[in-house]
Amino acid sequence: MIAHALFFYFFSIIAILSAIMVIVSRNTVHAVFFLILDFISIASLFILIGAEFLGMMMIIVYVGAVAVLFLFVVMLLNVSEQKLSWFRGARKTKHIPIGLAVGAVILLELIVVVGGWKYRDTFSETKFLNFEKDFTNTHAIGNVMYTEYIHLFQISGLILLLSMIGAIVLTYRKREGVKRQDYFTQVGREREDSIKLVEVESGKGINLDD
Amino acid sequence: MIEIGLGHYLTFGAIIFSIGTLGIFLNRKNVIVILMSVELILLAVNINLVSFSIYLEDITGQIFTMLILTVAAAEAAIGLAIIVSYYRNRGSVRVEEINEMKG
Repeated sequence: MIAHALFFYFFSIIAILSAIMVIVSRNTVHAVFFLILDFISIASLFILIGAEFLGMMMIIVYVGAVAVLFLFVVMLLNVSEQKLSWFRGARKTKHIPIGLAVGAVILLELIVVVGGWKYRDTFSETKFLNFEKDFTNTHAIGNVMYTEYIHLFQISGLILLLSMIGAIVLTYRKREGVKRQDYFTQVGREREDSIKLVEVESGKGINLDD
Repeated sequence: MIEIGLGHYLTFGAIIFSIGTLGIFLNRKNVIVILMSVELILLAVNINLVSFSIYLEDITGQIFTMLILTVAAAEAAIGLAIIVSYYRNRGSVRVEEINEMKG
């Protein structure tokens, strides 16, 4: 129990500090690195709590794909270093007190919800599933993922396909001066368009220009 | 304090969620940080789902966490594509200069 508490506080403090650093750091590249640290510590928390498969999946998907995508875009756009200090715009705005107030209200509401969870028994009966203890976490997920939730699984695949098509359509542009194949004209060529049979009389040449 | 229960994980998720919303509200720099804040918010939701799933002993929460993971990846790809095409047109991703729609 003490080890659980120690690891929980260790990873959660690192996660909270790096989440703060994500939103306050001036350099966007540093922000992406802190985001990666955040993902890894939260994945460690998932593994700690017993959801090993999701922890590994978090590391693969978030760190391996999403964070690297962010890094690519930051490098590509040349927006890494910010001249102005954080939160300060060129014009004077009143967004800081309003934003702080909204954030405080949201935190308060969430804490109220967490407090209400202490009295959950008076709200409703929760239905427990019978877990067989010799199942691993991955086994348990696989048991229901492809049977009960097969439609959600396929829809999530469609979402990924949609996002891929959307990203390609958004960033595609035609470039000038690039040689590329044109399949329709290639396949649509007829024999008559390119070959002409000419009767050549003997002793005379032929003029091809006419 | 020593006994780590569901409340600890939920409070942790709430803190991460609030940091994400603060990042959206307070940001004046560039849109990429706003996208990262959205990722933080989705992560907080994932923490809540996983901890409920463990403490209620119901695997459904982890399935939904995987779906949220999918949506987060799709959202990051689309959002970054929008940012790239915007930067190509305007040459800047500063939040306060994005005011074409007078929002």
